[in-house]
Amino acid sequence: MSLALVGITVLWVFLYGYLIVASIDFGAGFFSFYGKWTGKGAVINDVIDRYLSPVWEVTNVFLVFFLVGLVGFFPDAAYYYGEALLIPGSVALILLAIRGSFYAFANYGARESTLFLFLYGMSGLFIPAALSTVLTISEGGFIIEQGGRVVFLANELLTSPYSWSVVLLALVSVLFISASFLTYYASRAEDQEALEVLRSFALFWSLPTIFAGFLVFVTLREHNPQHFHAMLDVSWMFVASMGCFLVALGLLMRRKAYGMAFLFVMLQYAFAFFGYGVSHLPYLLYPYVTITGSVTSPAMGQALIAAFVGGLALLIPSLWLLLRLFLFDARYVKGLRP
Amino acid sequence: MEGDTLLYSRLLTFVTLGFHIVFATLGVGVPVMISLAEWVGIRRKDPHYVLMARRWSRGFVITVAVGVVTGTCIGMQLSLLWPRFMQAAGHVISLPMFLEIFAFFLEAIFLGIYMYTWDRFRPIVHWLLTLPVVIGSSASAFFITTVNAFMNTPQGFTLQNGQFVDVDPWAAMWNPATPSKVAHVLASAYLTSAFLLGSIAAFRLLQGRDHPYYRKALRFTMAASLVFAVATVVAGDWSGKFLAEHQPEKLAAAEWHFETKPRAELIVGGVLDPETGEVAYALRIPWALSILAHGHPDAVVTGLDAIPREQWPPLFVHYVFDAMVLIGFYTVLVPIAYFGYIWRKRAVPRLVLRLIVWGGPLAMLAIELGWIYAEVGRQPWILRGYMKTAEAVTTSEGVGLMLVLFSLLYIVLAAVAAFVLLRLFRNKPLEAELEERRVIL
Ligand code: HDD
Ligand code: HEM
Ligand code: HEM
Repeated sequence: MSLALVGITVLWVFLYGYLIVASIDFGAGFFSFYGKWTGKGAVINDVIDRYLSPVWEVTNVFLVFFLVGLVGFFPDAAYYYGEALLIPGSVALILLAIRGSFYAFANYGARESTLFLFLYGMSGLFIPAALSTVLTISEGGFIIEQGGRVVFLANELLTSPYSWSVVLLALVSVLFISASFLTYYASRAEDQEALEVLRSFALFWSLPTIFAGFLVFVTLREHNPQHFHAMLDVSWMFVASMGCFLVALGLLMRRKAYGMAFLFVMLQYAFAFFGYGVSHLPYLLYPYVTITGSVTSPAMGQALIAAFVGGLALLIPSLWLLLRLFLFDARYVKGLRP
Repeated sequence: MEGDTLLYSRLLTFVTLGFHIVFATLGVGVPVMISLAEWVGIRRKDPHYVLMARRWSRGFVITVAVGVVTGTCIGMQLSLLWPRFMQAAGHVISLPMFLEIFAFFLEAIFLGIYMYTWDRFRPIVHWLLTLPVVIGSSASAFFITTVNAFMNTPQGFTLQNGQFVDVDPWAAMWNPATPSKVAHVLASAYLTSAFLLGSIAAFRLLQGRDHPYYRKALRFTMAASLVFAVATVVAGDWSGKFLAEHQPEKLAAAEWHFETKPRAELIVGGVLDPETGEVAYALRIPWALSILAHGHPDAVVTGLDAIPREQWPPLFVHYVFDAMVLIGFYTVLVPIAYFGYIWRKRAVPRLVLRLIVWGGPLAMLAIELGWIYAEVGRQPWILRGYMKTAEAVTTSEGVGLMLVLFSLLYIVLAAVAAFVLLRLFRNKPLEAELEERRVIL
């Protein structure tokens, strides 16, 4: 594999990791606000708190990893995006900041405040919407080079049907992924009441994800036919994604094997996300930046990959320990342990 | 308009970094104090020290959260505001930035485990969890400081027609500024954290809360402060010697040293006439600058006359530098005074306690001053000798608006964090917690 391909694979895997862990977290924020509002708060908040508290910081690191990795592996791509996205990037950052600080503050009582919970819930929806538009922008047509300057066409973005269908897909996906994970967690905690509420959320948001996915396909065909046809070449991945979705839905409906159901949700998104990614190559930004044209020097690339391998060797055992203590330890999950 | 973008971008970088560095410094130093306190508590079987670790760590999560949030802001803002610099940095110095993320990961994971497993493990096992947190946070400070060092003394590449070729990431990371800078940054972060925790204990004692817990906490933090203060001053001296050799214009600007000569005198304070370069009302210490710069009174110290005028750093850094050094001596002398009373078994006077209370905030001020000196003293360069700050800035519009938005964000964050911290310790005063955990005196 070439350096460029290794680099983009590493980054894409981390972005997928962020997609899953951050969705769980964003959705949970929305559900706790919704719960408080409708009076079902106490039931689900307990479950949400116990999972989120110990892992909150780790989620953010996934995102930072992706940003720094992009600068490292593809400095020219970072240049194009950085030059163009000052305002949307800053807005997303401010939302992330509000949300991030909520965690720590929440542990000490602010969670009772409805205003705080509102900010927490809403930022959990706006952030995925904002971040997903970066993928939209990468399809081209929104960033152009004009007289040596890189210009971002905000109006084009705001009036594009493709852009809005991606936002829709991001929102429903967040809620679906989160609900199906929390259903599993509630079942581990043997918290029947929370399980019922969360399962109904998962079922409610399941079909809309497929619908939004179709919408994205259809609008992409108009927006970027080249990418659309490349996607057709790997259509088996999207079929596999659909299959995984059906299995997950079946398990959820028959109240069975919630862990397995969540695993299939993860696979559903893995197939779709990697199918999208593979067909996007070699472009990082249509039509200006490709992975081979923007990749860093071989010396730096090798150093980064060596650092990555070393880092993983440290990270995987630590993550395993974290999950074992807080996710797979039945007594902790049930709230019997401090 | 172009000029404004540069000014606003610099201001926004200044605001974000100046805010982040408060929390980053605590993020590096406080884990060391937590780890030391828990260890002492286990070794001496003294629950007071374990309780110190426990209470400090609870406040610590809040500062970490703000550190993470503002750090994410910097990470992204650097690309948004200085795209050309980050493009260059990406080619040459992205390795330590990449490694830093793994250090964060390690710290984040084990901090989560540490916070939620107080009663789940044997004490010594629980203490072991502090080690990855300490290693992770100090390693992240190390890595990011090498990036900053690289901006001051770039190496490890050749610039050919605007392309970076022959890149050697390892050489870029181990550039000449790295050793002294890392030593000074780490020592000063430990010092500031220890002193701030000491300030809190001294404050309680002044309030009349005369519990042995506070006396132990004060003694423990002052001992740590003394060690770290000496280390900070020694490393600062080393930094000065580094500057004299590799970045003489920065040292010369800080010392208002205009004329290259041997047996140079050290100018402290004073007022500069910008036209004539005359300095009035200053304290002058003969030979001291030659000794500071090269360790020998006869040594020749490069002055600003050797530097083209348009490459002079702003001269106000003189005051910034002097204030930092003054605080450096303060943080050494105050703990010595304190231990003077302790060793003679005399009561510590209220004046000394008050000086300790002031020491924490002053140390934090020194951190800010140090960075302002280091960064402003590098101007007009962003990559010294290769890229001017003005060449690196974004061409986007709207930086001014972002400056307003982020400033508001930081004000809100600071207010809420202060509120939550105060409430945290008011809701759980020490006395109540001692009783709850049945700590017997
Ligand atoms: C508690 C904080 C603190 C204290 C008491 C001091 N410093 Fe400092 N100083 C810093 C915190 C700091 C810093 C924040 O860590 C800086 C900013 C950039 C850097 O490398 O370290 C710094 C920079 C810095 C530099 C510039 C290094 C460079 O740009 O490469 C020099 C020459 C000194 N210091 C020297 C001293 C001396 C001689 C001190 C005392 C006698 C002293 N500092 C006390
Ligand atoms: C000597 C100066 C600095 C020190 C000691 C420092 C240290 C820290 C610490 C302790 C944290 C909290 C991380 C955690 O607990 O997980 C943090 C966060 C962060 N810092 Fe800084 N920092 C410094 C300067 C910078 C600079 C200049 C940058 C930008 C290049 C930066 C980028 C970040 C980022 C991206 C994060 C967030 C990481 C995360 O999400 O976990 N830091 N920093
Ligand atoms: C964490 C410690 C740091 C602090 C507190 C700090 C502080 C500052 C300050 C006060 C300025 C404004 C200087 C001016 O505009 O005159 C500045 C500028 C800047 N710093 Fe640093 N800095 C730190 C480390 C770093 C690191 C590690 C990097 C690179 C990764 C960095 C990159 C920059 C850039 C790009 C600018 C803007 C350009 C300039 O004005 O020179 N800084 N920083």
